[in-house]
Amino acid sequence: MSTTSSRVATLILVAVGAVLPLVPGMPVFWITLINNIGLGALVAIGLVVLTGVGGLTSFGQAAFVGFGAFTSAVLTTKFGWSPWATLPVALVITGLGAFLLGLVTMRLSGHYLPLGTIAWGLSLYFLFGELQLFNRHDGINAIPPFNVAGYDLFDSRGIFYVIWGCVALAVVATRNLLDSRTGRAIRALRGGGVAAEAFGVSTMKVKLIVFVYAALLASVAGWLYAHMQRAVNQTPFGINAGIEYLLMAVLGGAGQVWGALLGSALVTILKDQLQRILPALFGARGNYELIVFGALLVVLLQTAREGLWPRLAALMPTRPSPPPPPEAPPLAMREMPAAGEPLLSLRAARKEFGGLVAVNDVSFDVKAGEIVGLIGPNGAGKSTTFNLVTGVLPLTRGDVVFRGNSIGSLTPQAIARQGIARTFQHVHVHPAMTVIENVALGAHLRGSKGALASLLRLDRGEEGQLLHEAARQIQRVGLGGEMHKLAGSLALGQLRIVEIARALCLNPVLLLLDEPAAGLRHKEKQDLAQLLRRLKGEGVTILLVEHDMSFVMGLTDHIVVVDFGTKIAEGPPKEIVKTPAVIEAYLGGPA
Amino acid sequence: MDTTILLFLIQDGVTNGAIYALLGLALVLVFAVTRVILVSQGEFVTYGAMTLAVLDAGRLPGTAGLLLLFAGMALCVEAWSNRRNLSLRIVIKLALLYIVLPVGIVAIAAWLAPMRLGPIPQALIAIGIVAPMGPYLYRIAFQPLSEASVLVLLIAAVGTHFSMTGLALLFFGPEGLRAQPLSTASFSLGPLPVSGQSIAIYATAVLLMIALYLFFDRTILGKALRATAVNRLGARLVGIRTALSGQIAFVIAASIGALSGVLIAPVTTVFYDSGFLIGLKGFVAAIVGGLVSYPLAAAAAVLVGIVEAFASFWASSFKEVIVFLIIIPVLIVRSLLSGHVEEDE
Repeated sequence: MSTTSSRVATLILVAVGAVLPLVPGMPVFWITLINNIGLGALVAIGLVVLTGVGGLTSFGQAAFVGFGAFTSAVLTTKFGWSPWATLPVALVITGLGAFLLGLVTMRLSGHYLPLGTIAWGLSLYFLFGELQLFNRHDGINAIPPFNVAGYDLFDSRGIFYVIWGCVALAVVATRNLLDSRTGRAIRALRGGGVAAEAFGVSTMKVKLIVFVYAALLASVAGWLYAHMQRAVNQTPFGINAGIEYLLMAVLGGAGQVWGALLGSALVTILKDQLQRILPALFGARGNYELIVFGALLVVLLQTAREGLWPRLAALMPTRPSPPPPPEAPPLAMREMPAAGEPLLSLRAARKEFGGLVAVNDVSFDVKAGEIVGLIGPNGAGKSTTFNLVTGVLPLTRGDVVFRGNSIGSLTPQAIARQGIARTFQHVHVHPAMTVIENVALGAHLRGSKGALASLLRLDRGEEGQLLHEAARQIQRVGLGGEMHKLAGSLALGQLRIVEIARALCLNPVLLLLDEPAAGLRHKEKQDLAQLLRRLKGEGVTILLVEHDMSFVMGLTDHIVVVDFGTKIAEGPPKEIVKTPAVIEAYLGGPA
Repeated sequence: MDTTILLFLIQDGVTNGAIYALLGLALVLVFAVTRVILVSQGEFVTYGAMTLAVLDAGRLPGTAGLLLLFAGMALCVEAWSNRRNLSLRIVIKLALLYIVLPVGIVAIAAWLAPMRLGPIPQALIAIGIVAPMGPYLYRIAFQPLSEASVLVLLIAAVGTHFSMTGLALLFFGPEGLRAQPLSTASFSLGPLPVSGQSIAIYATAVLLMIALYLFFDRTILGKALRATAVNRLGARLVGIRTALSGQIAFVIAASIGALSGVLIAPVTTVFYDSGFLIGLKGFVAAIVGGLVSYPLAAAAAVLVGIVEAFASFWASSFKEVIVFLIIIPVLIVRSLLSGHVEEDE
């Protein structure tokens, strides 16, 4: 779909939506159902960003719906506020609550995080039912409806526009957010965010941003709900509702904004139908729809873990590959140090894992403008050394000095800020992002626009510069033809090159390459060697780990050899190959 | 607060704690072997408790129908996954496991139910009906996902919790049920009245822990389960059938759940959705043990029980709020200890 035709589609959608409630003979309960779909969609859109894109599962979103609903209910009934005026307060309270909860729970890793959300989701639910301010289990009644120009929006038709207006805004804002510098950082959270940290993204901060954003959308849904239903009690804000919202997001397709709408529509309609049919079938009242919802969730996970939207999208005409991003003013460049200046020194760097000494008091220097090879047999501690330099692992003892300052205790983000970029032995590229999106993550620190600017689309100038820079680096490493392909569709050797392009986007002073030539064919290795020489000509210093000896010998100025964590030799390539200790380490000692 | 109240609260806490400990152990076991965080563990408690209560009335409980339903679904899944090599041997095996076994259990239960054999035989029937649901559930929901991440398995477990709660409503109705005590004996220990029921709970908990210890430490099967827990691929390479390990873990979990249900059915009124909260408290304990340590989980369970008892004394309406909030600091410590470099699961 081209941009114009998708714009036309959107316009038609909006027009249909606008006249929908005015269609004569349209039953009111249909409108009510559509309104409920809108409310569910708001929460599910938040979960799409949080869970689908960011990989952070929350079962507790219903509690934030409760925050919005109760805040507005209390302010309108007990203090006589207008429903419109309560929204900012509801957002501030929810935002604050989510921020505090996020500070605690976003630190949780892996499956501890969703368990944490179950815990506070339950706690808040019970709290809602016990607070005197909320009239305990009875809840708050007689909440005023929205009022527009003197007319109270009592019926579903009126509030339809308010709800779907909010949904439309949420869709636009969320798509803007995901298509931005912050959006790339959110995507990069998946899989632990190691790559994101290495390019200066504070994953904790990004997690908090997404968490608060999802909570705010839920809060808006709660605010709308309070004035639609005009009565609130604790019931709809429990853990079951939280699970239903997650079901919507997973059903629709957890990575897609449109998937949230689809999921909400399916779950809401299904629930409505099941609540009609099942009690009649079983001859008693009760929430039997739980049986179907639970089974549906399990079947979905077994058969269509990506949700339904991607399958629908596959039926639509595929978009032609977009052209490379347009020319944009270049980003500011870093000042490179003069050649020969001491750049990086390891000073008796040591790393122990329990009793195992992986890096044993290793010291060596890298001078600006050099290409230095770090070689050694498998398990010699080369990658661990890289992790020490880039702050991924803390040093047990010793220090790392970069341009005269100690960086031994800095975080990976702070080290990236100094101009050290790296690639990984086991590639950390996000398979569901395109090559250019992956590469642009490398330029994260060269931009400054935050989440708010991207929500409001105030980041376009800078975004153009970042994407242009990413495209330039992709062309440079020779992957121009793959720019808009999903990274997951590339071969391993190509992904290593993608990682190099991403590292170049940082505009690095020092480039750390962990086995860049592994998996490349002969011609590709030659191209890579040529690229590295060109970079050297531009003043970039390179430290590389590599097993292909002819590649290393022909390229490097200086070689450091490690074996069993200990440095055994150091010197120019020609001398290194003659050193007895090196020959012994590589080929075994003379019998 | 005087000593009597203090002692009473501690006793109450320890009694509940013993139940949470049993559930915590089952959760640790299931997680270690299958990586499933079994949120639906609590439903086995509900099923066990309600089954016993209905048996008390001399009727055949709804779980009998549920067992047949579970077995039927598991049979479909199993038959479908074997559709290309349905040899006579496999057909016989499937028929035995998924038709003869459940139908046999239901037939025996239907025969014995009107006799009202007394608390202990009825408790055994209840456990006998509920226990096979564990492996059937594993076959239906989790075995097809056995290579998925912990997170996916957790979401699936939440799905099974949903369904099983709804099924409990369908088969038992919305009213709460209560069973007759296993033992009506009662005596005093100083100022403290001790019921035979709580003695039964302590004794069962301790015996079961010893039995589990012996099973895992002394038997080949137990060791195979531990091996699966440590390294699935490695276990497969030395010939352990990891799917079987999963089913055994689930049989143990369902049995422990049903047993816990049988033990609490005479002390509390159990509703179709009561199991969830009870299970989650066992869960708080399991998490304190990091989902790996059995002794830590057991100790934490007793602590959770005591916190709950004191919370309900001082701030009864905020009891649940307090119990579930103590999990958060524990989770933080746990995830800090597990290190911050996280790879894809």
